[in-house]
Amino acid sequence: MAFETMSGVPVDPVYGGPPYPGQYPFTRGIYESMYRSRLWTMRLFAGFGTAEDTNARFKELMRAGGTGLSTAFDMPTLMGRDSDSPWALGEVGRAGVAVDTLADMEDLFAGIDLAKVSTSMTINGPAAILLAMYVAVAEGGGAARRDLAGTIQNDILKEYQAQKEYIYPPRPSMRLVTDVVRFTTAEMPRWHPVSISGYHIREAGSTAAQELAFTLANGFAYVEAALAAGEDIDSFGRRLSFFFNSHIDFFEEIGKFRAARRIWARWMKQRYGATDERAMMCRFHTQTAGVSLTASQPEINIVRVATQALAAALGGTQSLHTDAYDEALALPSAKAARIALRTQQIVAHETGVANVADPLGGSPYVEWMTDEMERRAEEVFARLDEMGRGSILEGVYAGIENGYFVGEIADAAYRFEREVNAGRRVVVGVNRFADGDDDTAPNLLRIEQDTEDYQLKRLDAVKRSRSSEQVDAALARVAGAAADGNANLMPEIIDAVRAYATEEEISGAMASVFGTYTEKVIV
Amino acid sequence: MPEAAEPPLGDAGPGPDEPPIRAVLAKLGLDGHDRGIKVVARMLRDAGMEVIYLGLRQTTDSIVAAVEQEDADVIGLSMHNAGHLTLGPAMLAALGEAGLDVPVVVGGIVPEPDRLELERAGVAAVLGPGASTEEVVATVRGVVLGR
Repeated sequence: MAFETMSGVPVDPVYGGPPYPGQYPFTRGIYESMYRSRLWTMRLFAGFGTAEDTNARFKELMRAGGTGLSTAFDMPTLMGRDSDSPWALGEVGRAGVAVDTLADMEDLFAGIDLAKVSTSMTINGPAAILLAMYVAVAEGGGAARRDLAGTIQNDILKEYQAQKEYIYPPRPSMRLVTDVVRFTTAEMPRWHPVSISGYHIREAGSTAAQELAFTLANGFAYVEAALAAGEDIDSFGRRLSFFFNSHIDFFEEIGKFRAARRIWARWMKQRYGATDERAMMCRFHTQTAGVSLTASQPEINIVRVATQALAAALGGTQSLHTDAYDEALALPSAKAARIALRTQQIVAHETGVANVADPLGGSPYVEWMTDEMERRAEEVFARLDEMGRGSILEGVYAGIENGYFVGEIADAAYRFEREVNAGRRVVVGVNRFADGDDDTAPNLLRIEQDTEDYQLKRLDAVKRSRSSEQVDAALARVAGAAADGNANLMPEIIDAVRAYATEEEISGAMASVFGTYTEKVIV
Repeated sequence: MPEAAEPPLGDAGPGPDEPPIRAVLAKLGLDGHDRGIKVVARMLRDAGMEVIYLGLRQTTDSIVAAVEQEDADVIGLSMHNAGHLTLGPAMLAALGEAGLDVPVVVGGIVPEPDRLELERAGVAAVLGPGASTEEVVATVRGVVLGR
């Protein structure tokens, strides 16, 4: 394939001098030829209703040219609750797919060859349980665990800071994360065991620099925890990946992405002693900023998403989810999801930005912005290092306990709101140019009550057909492993899901040892 | 004619003899999206109201208890997980059972048909994304003073 402009002008893979893309510290990208050799993965997040509903949407997205699966779970599943829990009332299948037992996971991936696709699962508190279910489904279908490719978010630290989907207190939660890291490092070499996520920190209101700093600090914390567990940095370091937000301030975002790669490479090499360059590479997924989408004149969100997708591509992302324009109103409709995918296909295939690696590298403004993002992040690292007396891990624990993260994020969110309100920051269609909202609501996706009824019946049927002795024994072994700090919980959890123990039963067995967490209320 | 001393406070502030409005804010259910409700808490507080934010993972019972204990004038619930058509009416029912006549304002991602359904069910007002500070403060004040 020739790489040339529309007018037939041939273009080189990269411009400018060293260090080139693919060279330490990877500011310009982690691969030498970037998107020439491989485009980013177009991974659209999907999940709603029952496992069968979501399975159909997965297949639709794959047919439309999507190249990876990404699963959104409903709120009860994210919180380790079954569909028949009183807490699940009104939330079953609403904002994601409901998964209670292995039976649901079997439906979710029915007819999809798990040895051939890569799957991302966005779940944190109960990540180990859902990963266990995925392994069990794949092995049941004849795939080997060593062949499974994908990512489980499993980033518990940002839950205490931003997304708030935690179950256990921070320290036992970190042990569970570390168990997943150790298990996948040993048995699932193609799996990314933690996706260290700034996305939710940003959505909760942080600035770009805070997103960058808090996310990488969390990354350092996971590294310190795995090192303390005796793992080899070059082995697990290669499997860590990141997840950033692409917001609307174009050059700030690009600077943030470039700074993330440089900071990660330097810290992994200099502070943590990585020697394998693959363990120094900051690979990341990007999602456009849901919070930037407006409920008024929703169609104009397509333009916001396109701009943010372009920033992600120019920032060198490895995969991308583009938001559907109707997300400020409801879950994405099928049409809106398709337009979102088409948007990134236009960026990838029509604009030519994928022909040259780091095409903005060397621009004085972009290089300055990259340096500035790095400088601001380093200030935060210094503060956390001090709070943790030389340990970023301890600094992050301290910041969770003393409300540092939630306070910083809430302050930034409120400042932004005041700026919009005072008209100092323009949001088109909201505080300027607001006429023309014709109020004809787009066709929104609706989840009907029968989803909950169906799911409750299904759960009941699974509970009736399984062996309760087998379940009880498996749950006792999970609790036993939780109490034994030297054990790895993953094998016991896999046994429990195979016995069709429910998510809440397994989560409860761990909570009986770990306890649960309630945050201090800070406004 | 004497000069007007100060511009009127409009809908935002309490009148001279009026005690401040007491608002209980809560996240009902499992939904953890708390950016909006925290911003609203500060908006209302800056407008002179007394704000009691209960935090995440509240139940209808815990909210009823807080409303009684705090003698609240209004309840603000934030919902971003499409559970509003179940949880909104459940909150109203729990208040009814406790014999409390306190207006409920819902904020979050609520599609238009659902907004109408919630209002028919007795929710005093629904605030969507993009609502300005003035709109939030005026709405809360309106549902309290409108009683």
